[in-house]
Amino acid sequence: MHTNHIVPPRVYYAIFGILMLCTYLTVQIAFFDLGPLNVVAALTIAVFKATLVVLFFMHVKYSTKLTWAVVLGSVFWLGILLALTMSDYLTRVWRTYG
Amino acid sequence: MSDVHAHPALAHHFDSLEEQKEAATLGMWVFLVTEVLFFGGLFATYAIYRTWYPDAFAAASHELDVTLGTINTAVLITSSLTMALAVHAAQLGQRAKIMVFLALTMALGGVFLGIKSVEYYHKFAEHLIPGPGFQFEKEHIRHAQIFFSLYFVMTGLHALHMIIGFGIMLVMLWWTWRGTITAEYYSPIEISGLYWHFVDIVWIFLFPLLYLIGRHAH
Repeated sequence: MHTNHIVPPRVYYAIFGILMLCTYLTVQIAFFDLGPLNVVAALTIAVFKATLVVLFFMHVKYSTKLTWAVVLGSVFWLGILLALTMSDYLTRVWRTYG
Repeated sequence: MSDVHAHPALAHHFDSLEEQKEAATLGMWVFLVTEVLFFGGLFATYAIYRTWYPDAFAAASHELDVTLGTINTAVLITSSLTMALAVHAAQLGQRAKIMVFLALTMALGGVFLGIKSVEYYHKFAEHLIPGPGFQFEKEHIRHAQIFFSLYFVMTGLHALHMIIGFGIMLVMLWWTWRGTITAEYYSPIEISGLYWHFVDIVWIFLFPLLYLIGRHAH
């Protein structure tokens, strides 16, 4: 079984380094005016950081398929929550044209 | 299934510690799913109001202290590293090391909460608490209060999670000290770690959405 997989500390230090670098990057990017791309860049970096934390710090990379299913399930339901809510609020102005 | 060899931490309804650990990890993840959706509702609220009032949100976000926010992000990421190292020490049954890393994690959590209270104090002094005393440029005064309401609710609930995490780490420290945690039975540390990392992830999203939006605009 993979559940007792022991990750060598150098992996944790490497992930820590990448997370710190990403934090520096996201702060630097925020000071440039990229229009709508500012929020895209900020969220892309945040999702990347969160994925690293989940896979390595939270050991999901080494976990059972059932754990994977639960983790992906949370992302899926969060997606439904955000997508269906925004599909309502973002389209309310369309009434003006119809 | 002889009781003579059963580990003292093995509950009778599990065949092995391995199976017990898997169940514990899965249970923690199911709890974290509810947490994802709990914070998800707040993020959805944020998304709606930000879409409606982008200028007010950018102006209000500009009032937050990016330096303190960045320092706190670094502090929290470092606490996740020390937490991961505590779990690693637990897997190897290194009692002293577990306690050192748990204490470091708690100390960093304390630093985070300390910086957060300094920020709250500044917002209070600058009349940025939503309500009758709220002061802001007239154009955005109503919608900026929505931003600050979300700021206080989201960072406040995050801070509450940190305080609960602090309590969990205290219990883990006690369990490690009295010898409950061993290389065979370390799942309490492992699933406490899952909780701590989850709280870190919430902040990874709160930081850019609250502190960094509209930074370029002013």
